[in-house]
Amino acid sequence: MSTLIRVEDLHVAFAAGRDRVEAVRGVGFTVAAGECVAIVGESGSGKSVTARTLVGLAGPGAEVRAATFEVNGRDARRYADRDWRRLRGGFAGLVLQDALVSLDPLRTVGAEIGEALLAHRRADTPERLLAEVHVPEPGRRARQYPHQLSGGLRQRALIASAIAARPPLLIADEPTTALDVTVQAQILALLAERRAAGEALLLISHDLAVVSRLADRVLVMKDGVIVESGPARELLAAARHPYTRKLVAAASLDRRAGPPVRDEVVLSAAGLRKDYGRHTAVGDVSFDVRRGEVLGVVGESGSGKSTVAHLILGLTTPTAGRVTLEGEPWSGVPERRRRPRRRRLQLISQDPLSSFDPRWTVRRIVGEALPRGDSPLPLLERVGLGAAVLDRYPRQLSGGQRQRVAIARALAPRPALIVCDEPVSALDVSVQAQILDLLADIRTTDGTALLFISHDLGVVHHLADRLLVMRDGRVVEQGPVDEVYARPRHEYTRELLAAVPTLEVSP
Amino acid sequence: MLRPVLRRVATGLVVLWAAATAAYLALLAAPGDTVDSIVGDGADTPQIRAQIIDEWGLDRPALVQYLDYLARAARGDLGRSYLLHRPVSAIVGEQVGPTLRLAVLAAALGIALALVLAVTTRRPWARRVSSAAELVLVSTPPFLIGIVLLSVFSFRLGLFPVSGDRGFAALVLPAVTLALPVAGVLTQVLRDGLDRALDEPFAVTARARGLREGAVLVRHALRHALLPAVTLVGWLFGILLGGAVIVEQVFGRPGLGQVTLAAVTAKDLPVVLAVVVLSALVYVVLNTAADLAYLIVDPRLRGSR
Repeated sequence: MSTLIRVEDLHVAFAAGRDRVEAVRGVGFTVAAGECVAIVGESGSGKSVTARTLVGLAGPGAEVRAATFEVNGRDARRYADRDWRRLRGGFAGLVLQDALVSLDPLRTVGAEIGEALLAHRRADTPERLLAEVHVPEPGRRARQYPHQLSGGLRQRALIASAIAARPPLLIADEPTTALDVTVQAQILALLAERRAAGEALLLISHDLAVVSRLADRVLVMKDGVIVESGPARELLAAARHPYTRKLVAAASLDRRAGPPVRDEVVLSAAGLRKDYGRHTAVGDVSFDVRRGEVLGVVGESGSGKSTVAHLILGLTTPTAGRVTLEGEPWSGVPERRRRPRRRRLQLISQDPLSSFDPRWTVRRIVGEALPRGDSPLPLLERVGLGAAVLDRYPRQLSGGQRQRVAIARALAPRPALIVCDEPVSALDVSVQAQILDLLADIRTTDGTALLFISHDLGVVHHLADRLLVMRDGRVVEQGPVDEVYARPRHEYTRELLAAVPTLEVSP
Repeated sequence: MLRPVLRRVATGLVVLWAAATAAYLALLAAPGDTVDSIVGDGADTPQIRAQIIDEWGLDRPALVQYLDYLARAARGDLGRSYLLHRPVSAIVGEQVGPTLRLAVLAAALGIALALVLAVTTRRPWARRVSSAAELVLVSTPPFLIGIVLLSVFSFRLGLFPVSGDRGFAALVLPAVTLALPVAGVLTQVLRDGLDRALDEPFAVTARARGLREGAVLVRHALRHALLPAVTLVGWLFGILLGGAVIVEQVFGRPGLGQVTLAAVTAKDLPVVLAVVVLSALVYVVLNTAADLAYLIVDPRLRGSR
């Protein structure tokens, strides 16, 4: 087997003002033809920089050093610009995260694929390539723009443009992160197919479970260093490095049962419906949330779960149906009368950075939700932060710290229910577990109910007592979490559960 | 497709009406009597005054005069100049040509210069030089640029005529004077757009396909950079019109700028109104063109599926 890539002691540094940030610090690995290698790590681990350096796209101002840096059998340290250009697309295709922005939004997908063909003087056609990655009606799709395609089709088109010049290596940087689970499973199947056809794969992911089925070898990266590597099977079964063990644990979240729920309904939705013109975003959704209960709402993008959150929070008026909060009508009440009761209902959103005023310090952000004069410090300590963050701005916090501040702010008015809209989706897996544990503690000690919205069935399973499965604006199944997971009744639930990547090793 | 076009036309008509009305009210509120303006430096006797009032219908109520003006304007009759005693349409018609030539050439020059500069000055040192030059151009008043150009190219080098409107040579310096500030602002906007587009993931994907940097720039980033620049069409028109008034003075050129200046000074209501309505018309047409240009550049706005 020939070796496509061989690097030893690779360093990549960036100049940041006067400082020099070393993103990759002495990484070594090989990729052989037809092999699937995965680099797993969290944000800032240097995994993406490593991948891009392999095609000479580390970025402007990057300083690359290595003891050995062989790409396509030659010393890449001596590559001139045109050598790199021949390799890009010709030797290695690059697939990035979200095809909506990774394909030029102003050009048709056919033009994008055609550009790759032209750059390498290939006689193929975009239509044939789209057909090869199983895009139906390739003739029509080639003339469409990325925004006119579904997430799955877009990602297929992006893959088609990467394989246009028949490179022996495909580098996929978080290729399924922006996709729904069922679509993710399809794209992973497509990548497996490419690999079976003889292409080598270099997979970059934050999610151990996503790569574990596909990869022959897994490299675990942290802070620019490979902390552990080995065959996927061995790594999962007997991880040696504590960080790997942490990742494995985070990918296989255990169920965390809460205390018995008291039979006191905090919020109840009856026959909720929301139409936008002729489009029904939510149709006939009913549920109760009891004190101290975690109700999980799962569904893919467009299922209406976020609209449900808006209806509950009273940010949109339902077309039909009603919401009752603590026994009194909530929907249909004039805002002036509703405002004093708003503190009973709080929100934690996916991206706290955009829900904070960037010019406010943490002290002011949390303080705003407290009675005048109260110190935000006890609350911050409760969510695991200290006085050190009080005078920092949101941008100066890590993702996990920001979400903790968001939780502190939501807790400040002592709400009866917190709506959590994808609260951990933007976080690294190891941080996810910590935030979920924090939320679990809060509901146990305070008896605060949570409406937990997520596309991630693993995360919901970890925390929720009951589950609501939504599709196309309707509830297709609901019941206690263990029951739904063990014996899903609806076909769509079964499909969703089957698509969830788990830590299994291909036989 | 038809409905949005009709809606734009209707909006355009409303803008025209509003511009005409606003100018009418402004001139009505200005101090001085209409009769004084018409009399000008001519003989001034009560008889002549009475004659003028009768001839121009100035004894009618203001509202009637306004409605009469609107009705005639709608038929294309813009009235007669108080000052020159000739039909306004004839005066504007004679003068619009030189100004149009100047504006079109200046716009073309400015846009071309901006495109070339934004695309070619990507290297750090070229970029620094160009940015400094743009800043100077943007912050220098056009008349000063005109005077500098005149003294260098006409007085010292004798390459171009000093004033007048004879032949293409006389058009070059005024057009350059107007084009330079336009190029300054447009280059900055385009460069900023290019910078942002080149940071986008699709630019990385394009490079990863084996494209040269130049191709990434021209085929991908430039189109994205054009979007914010298209927004500036309205501003561009304002600069060209305002600039034309000054540049025509500096270079002693005939044109709408000269006519407008004279008409405003002399309170020649019909001429001022005609210039305002004409400006509004061009503005509406250009903005509609800009809206359509958006649709051409950005398929996401087409809203079809």
